[in-house]
Amino acid sequence: MILHEFISFDLLRVIWWVLLGVLLIGFALTDGFDMGVGALLPFVGKTDAERRLVINTIGPVWEGNQVWFILGGGAIFAAWPPLYAVSFSGFYLAMFAVLAALILRPVGFKYRSKRESAAWRNGWDWALFVGGAVPALIFGVAVGNVLQGVPFELTDFLMPMYPGNFFMKFVGLLNPFALLAGVVSLAMLLMHGAAWLTLKTDGPVQLRARTIGTVAGVVALVAYALAGVWLALGIPGYQMVAQAAANGPSNPLMTEVVRGGSWLDAYAARPWIAIAPVMGLAGIALATLGLRAGREVWTLLFSKLGITGVIGSVGLTMFPFILPSSRQPSASLTVWDASSSHLTLFVMLVVTVIFMPLILAYTAWVYKVLWGKVTPDEISNNQNSY
Amino acid sequence: MDFDIVELSRLQFAMTAMYHFLFVPLTLGLSILVAIMETVYVMTARPIWRQMTKFWGTLFGINFVLGVATGITMEFQFGMNWSYYSHYVGDIFGAPLAIEGLMAFFMEATFVGLMFFGWDKLSRVAHLIVTWLVAIGSNFSALWILIANGWMQNPVGAEFNPITMRMEMTSFFDVVFNEVAQAKFVHTVSAGYVTASIFVLGVSAWYMLKGVHFELARRSIAVAAAFGLASAFSVVILGDESGYSTSHNQKMKLAAMEAMWETHPAPAEFTLFGIPDQEARETKYAIHIPYAMGLIGTRSLTTEIPGISDLEKQAEERVRSGILAYDALLKIREARGDVTEDVKATFEAHSKDLGFAFLLMRYVEDPRQATEAQIVQAAEDTIPTVWPLFWSFRIMVALGFSFIAVLAYFFVVANFRGMQFPRWALKMAVVIIPTPWIAAEMGWFTAEFGRQPWTVDGVLPTAMSVSHLSVADLLITLAGFVIFYTVLFIIEMGLMLKYIRKGPYQDVKETEDWQRRHEARLMSSGQPVTMPAE
Repeated sequence: MILHEFISFDLLRVIWWVLLGVLLIGFALTDGFDMGVGALLPFVGKTDAERRLVINTIGPVWEGNQVWFILGGGAIFAAWPPLYAVSFSGFYLAMFAVLAALILRPVGFKYRSKRESAAWRNGWDWALFVGGAVPALIFGVAVGNVLQGVPFELTDFLMPMYPGNFFMKFVGLLNPFALLAGVVSLAMLLMHGAAWLTLKTDGPVQLRARTIGTVAGVVALVAYALAGVWLALGIPGYQMVAQAAANGPSNPLMTEVVRGGSWLDAYAARPWIAIAPVMGLAGIALATLGLRAGREVWTLLFSKLGITGVIGSVGLTMFPFILPSSRQPSASLTVWDASSSHLTLFVMLVVTVIFMPLILAYTAWVYKVLWGKVTPDEISNNQNSY
Repeated sequence: MDFDIVELSRLQFAMTAMYHFLFVPLTLGLSILVAIMETVYVMTARPIWRQMTKFWGTLFGINFVLGVATGITMEFQFGMNWSYYSHYVGDIFGAPLAIEGLMAFFMEATFVGLMFFGWDKLSRVAHLIVTWLVAIGSNFSALWILIANGWMQNPVGAEFNPITMRMEMTSFFDVVFNEVAQAKFVHTVSAGYVTASIFVLGVSAWYMLKGVHFELARRSIAVAAAFGLASAFSVVILGDESGYSTSHNQKMKLAAMEAMWETHPAPAEFTLFGIPDQEARETKYAIHIPYAMGLIGTRSLTTEIPGISDLEKQAEERVRSGILAYDALLKIREARGDVTEDVKATFEAHSKDLGFAFLLMRYVEDPRQATEAQIVQAAEDTIPTVWPLFWSFRIMVALGFSFIAVLAYFFVVANFRGMQFPRWALKMAVVIIPTPWIAAEMGWFTAEFGRQPWTVDGVLPTAMSVSHLSVADLLITLAGFVIFYTVLFIIEMGLMLKYIRKGPYQDVKETEDWQRRHEARLMSSGQPVTMPAE
C-alpha cells in the first residue's frame, strides 16, 4: 500500500496524539459521570426507591460510555504499542484494582434490583460505589505519577523492566503529588456525576446531588490549582537533549532525554497552550456556580468544559512526552518514538474517520431518545429497569 | 527468564479467556435468536412473540453483562501480563482490537441500553432495528477478535523491523483476509449459534416437561431447532475448513492433534481412538480410518502430511538458521542499521527464522553460544504436549456431530410430527444444555494449546512474551481473579435459574387487546371466528 505516504509519518503521530487525548476526554466526559454517579450513589439516595432512581439515570447509557475506556485500551495498543506495553505492566496491581472495580460495575447495575433482599441491594450499592470511586481515584494517581516519571527501563531489545521490590513499587505510586492528582480526578468526576444527576432527577436526590457536587467542585478547583503550583515549584520536568527525528523509527532508546527544568517551561515556548488550564479552572468554577444556581444544562456543559481543560492541560504540558522514565530518562516514550508504524497509523486513521462520526451520531440519537427526567413510574413500569 | 512467571501468566490468561468464553457464545447466538423472535413479532403483531422476545431478552441481558465485564480484562491483559508480546506485535495485533471497539463494541453497547429501556420510547420497528444492531455488533466483535487471533496462528501481512525490534504491518488487506481468520470466524460464531439454540431448546423442553408456558416453549423450540440445525452444519463445515488451513499453516499443530508421530505415505489415515505416548512417540491401541486424514487435511489422495519427527528435524534447521539471523540482528542494532550489504543480506535470508533462535533463550542468554544439545532441545520444544490436544479435539468433534443429530431430530419432530416430543427426548434436551460450552472450550484449547510454544506461530515464543513481573504480583491477581470470578459465576447462575423458573412475564391487557382486534379483523373479513393460539 502506497496510499499512506500521502500523510507524513510525523503528522500522523501528532494526529494520533490528539486522538489519544480525544479518547481519554471522551471517556472522562461520558463514563466520567457514570463513575461520579456510582461514587455518589450511597450518599444521594437514602431509600431504595431513590437509589433505583439514581441508578436508572445512567442505566441505559453506562454500557456505551464504558466502551470509551475499552476503545482507549485498544487504540493505545494499536497506535502506541510501547505505551500499552510499558504502562499497563508497570502499573500492574493498580490496573488490576481498576479492572476489578470496573467489573463490579456492570454486574452491580444489572443484578442489584433482580432480588428483593435489602442486604443484597445494599451490598451492590457499595459495590457500585467502589466501581465508581476507585477507578476515578486511580486514574488521577496514575497521571500524577506519569508527570513525575515512571521507574521503568528498556533493555537493548526494548523489553520493559521494572527493577525493585513489587510491594515498594506499588507503595511508591502513592506519593503525595500523585495522591493530590487523584483528589483532582475524583472530585472532578464527583462534580460531573452531580451535574448529571441534577439534570436527570428531581426532589431530594437532586438537592443532595447539588450540595455534594458544589463541595466536590470547590475541592477540584483548589486541588487542581495547588497541583499547578506544585508542578511549577517542586517537580522537575523532562527535556530532549537534541530534537528527535519526528519521522524516525519508533525506538525510544534513540532519543537522548534528561530530567531537568520544569514542565511549565512549555508555557513559555508555546504560550497558546495556556488556554487548557484556563478552560479547566473556568469550567470547574462555572459548573460549581451552575450547580448552586440550578442551571442544569449549562452546569453539565461547563463541567464537560472543565474536564476537557484539565485533561488537555496535562497532555499539552508534557508534549512531546507521553510516558517519561525516571530510572532511565532516555527510555522515555515520546510522540516521535513510541508510535506504531506509518502504515498502521494510517489504516487506523481511516477506520477512525469512518466510524467515529457514526458512533457520535448514534450515541447522540440514543441520548435524544432518553432525554428528560427519570421518574419512579417509569422504573416500576419497565420489567428490565435496574 | 523466570519460568514460573511464564507458567503463571499462561494459567491466568487461559483462565480469564476461557471464563470470558462461557458468556460469549450465548451472547452471539441468543442476540440473533431474540432478534428473529422480535422480527416475527413485528411482522405478525402477536403478543406471544413479544413475550418471547422479552423473556429470552432478559436471559440474554443477564449473560451479556458478564460477557462485557470479563471482556474488560481481556482488552488490558495483553499489556499487563504480556508486555513484550504487546511491544513486539502491537503494530499488527492492536489494530483489529481497536477496530473491534470502533465498529462493534460501541454499536452493541450503545444500543443494548435502548433494547432494554426503549420498549416504551421507540416505535415497534425502531426497537426491532435496535435489537438487530445489538446482534450485528456482537457478531462483528467476534470477526475482529478472530482476525487478531488468526494472525497469531498464521502471521501474514507483516515483517520484522530490526531497528524498532518488532513486527510491523506490511499489508492490512492480508491481515484482514487471512484465510485462517475467516474460517475461524464463521466456525466460532456458528458454534455460538448452536450454543444458544441448545440453550433455548433445553429451557423450553424443561417447561414442556413441567407442563408450563407451552405456547412459548413450542415456538421457541421451532425457532431454535431450525436455526441451530443450520448452524450445526456450518460449524462442522467451517471446522473442516479450519483443519484444511491448519494443514498448510501450522503443520506441527495438526500433527500433534492427530498424534501423527511419523510421516505416512499419502493419503494419511485418521486415528479415531488411541493413547498417545509422547516418550515413545507412538499411539497405543490406535483405531484408524484409512484415507480420512489425508482427505480432511489436504483434500487430495496424493499430498503427504508430515509427521512430528520430520517437523522436528525441520525446526532444528530453522533454529540454526535463526542463530544466523540473531547474529546479523545484533550487528544491525549495534550500528543502527549502518551495516554492510553482506550483513543485511544474511539478515534478509534468515529473519523468518529469528523466532526459532529466541527459543534458545530459555537455555542460554546468547543464542550464538548455544550447544548442540540446546539446539536439539529447542527443536523438541516446538512439539506441543500431544495427549491433551489429541483428546480435546476428539471430544469437540464428537460433540459437534452429536449436535447435528439432536437438532435434526427436534427439527423433524417440530415441523413434521406436530411437536409430539417423547419425554425422554425432552429430558435429553435439558441434560445436554452444558455440552456446547464444553465443545467450545475444547475447541479454543485445541487452537491455543496447539500453538505452543509460540504466542505468534514461528515468530515469538511464549516464554519471551511475558511482562517483567514478580511471582507475588501474579499470585495476587490470579487469586483475585479466581475468587472474584467464582463469586460472579455463582451469582450469575443463581439469577439465570431464578429467571428461568419465574418464566415469561405475561402482559394480560396486551394479550386481550390483541384478541379483540384479531376477532374484529376476522369478523370484518367474513371468515369464521377462530380463537388465536394464546
